[in-house]
Amino acid sequence: MSGTRLASGSTRVRSPINRAPSPLLAVGLPWVSIMLAAMASFSPIIASAPVLPPLSFMVLLAWRMLRPTLLPIWAGLPLGAWDDLYSGQPFGSGIVLFSGAMLAMEAIDARFLWRGFAQDWLAGAALLAAYLLLAAAFAGLAAGYPLPMTIGPQLLLAVVLFPPVTRLVAMLDRVRLLPLRRI
Amino acid sequence: MARSQDRRPGFSRRAQVGIFTGYVVAVAGVLLGAVLLVVSLLNPGAFAFARAGAAEVARPLGAAGAESRVASQGVFAAIGAYLNAGRQNAELSREVAAARANAVAMRAIESENRRLKALLGIAEAAPRPVAAARLIGSTSASSRRFAVLSVGSRQGLVKGQPVRSGGGLIGRVVEIGPDTARVLLVTDPDNVVPVRRASDGLPGFVQGGANGRIEIRLINSGINPLHKGDVFVTSGSGGIYPPGIPVAVATQPHRDGATGHLASDPADADYVLVLPIYQPAAVATLEATQKAAPPPPEDDTP
Repeated sequence: MSGTRLASGSTRVRSPINRAPSPLLAVGLPWVSIMLAAMASFSPIIASAPVLPPLSFMVLLAWRMLRPTLLPIWAGLPLGAWDDLYSGQPFGSGIVLFSGAMLAMEAIDARFLWRGFAQDWLAGAALLAAYLLLAAAFAGLAAGYPLPMTIGPQLLLAVVLFPPVTRLVAMLDRVRLLPLRRI
Repeated sequence: MARSQDRRPGFSRRAQVGIFTGYVVAVAGVLLGAVLLVVSLLNPGAFAFARAGAAEVARPLGAAGAESRVASQGVFAAIGAYLNAGRQNAELSREVAAARANAVAMRAIESENRRLKALLGIAEAAPRPVAAARLIGSTSASSRRFAVLSVGSRQGLVKGQPVRSGGGLIGRVVEIGPDTARVLLVTDPDNVVPVRRASDGLPGFVQGGANGRIEIRLINSGINPLHKGDVFVTSGSGGIYPPGIPVAVATQPHRDGATGHLASDPADADYVLVLPIYQPAAVATLEATQKAAPPPPEDDTP
């Protein structure tokens, strides 16, 4: 499987004949980028309200849509756990939601064999809405107090920012396949 | 885009088993996550050690971010100051004139206050802060409101200590690592702060609304005496927060309280102070009774 992961995009980047993508970068970059997105809470913004979109989840979806087989289907388990450490959600919420999203994307792929920009955006928006709604519900359970629904602006921002995030991930994908290794 | 090759294993037994195992692990992940979620809902501190470890890992990142936040705020403030320098100058001159008059009156009151306190024999020692720190992170994507401090148990922090900035109350410490600590902000719905109105001591409490606003509720219900602009400070009841720290300003009175905004926005706080618990003995007694007996049913409370 790792062979196909390396080869799947190498035709897009023009490379000298004796160069190949570095396996560490090719396999590791998606994981590292999602983990760094989870750590975006350690950014210069100290928010008194939930304002940032769920960046790590968006990057995960973007990688999953760009390269459906790059991340294994169980990737939601470790990445969700990592996100839980930084997100402030009760531990386990990220594991459930990330794993659920990977399975949902599998179902979407199985149902719609051909995809396009609008459909990807729509699927992303639906998954983001479900993610934010359930995450807010879990947080409300943890606080023991019915939270007012504050996810409206956050959801809007997340849906609007989803295409730029997919573009950003596409740029990372070119970095991932840079021919750095000499054969 | 057509379906990927990897999901069509063909007759390869190994590929078929690999895909099947992937699905099994993914479904197991959902179930495991659900179990962990239930555990952390029942016992919120269960994974505190993991979070503390993670915060330690990200500490340099957050410290760098805090530096750049302060620097960028300085740049924006400088640009803004140029833009409205003239108007601001006139306003400030007026304010300085008024403040000078006030200061004279204040000095007189202060000396009278000192004299009266000396007469009464009250020794009021201001609590020495435990540590000064930067806020290096916050949960900016979740409805729960936590922030991370750049100091921890090595600097003498313990659970429950209040955190304030120059402008007012920020929250209280809930989880501790060696060099980081997690702060429950005042805007979290789980954080209830006993307050009184600064002008007349009207008691009430402040609860976060998770959307950056806070709810001010009064203890005595009846006619709502709150007005826009009322300032609330901590009352010292409960024993955690020392009295007199500004918490909230009422912006929108409603039937049984008011909606307000924070006296001190954590985003503006350059440095924050961690204070000792106001009455540790009272807090310890309260926790002991809560451990010994479950909280009384809601109906019994008058």
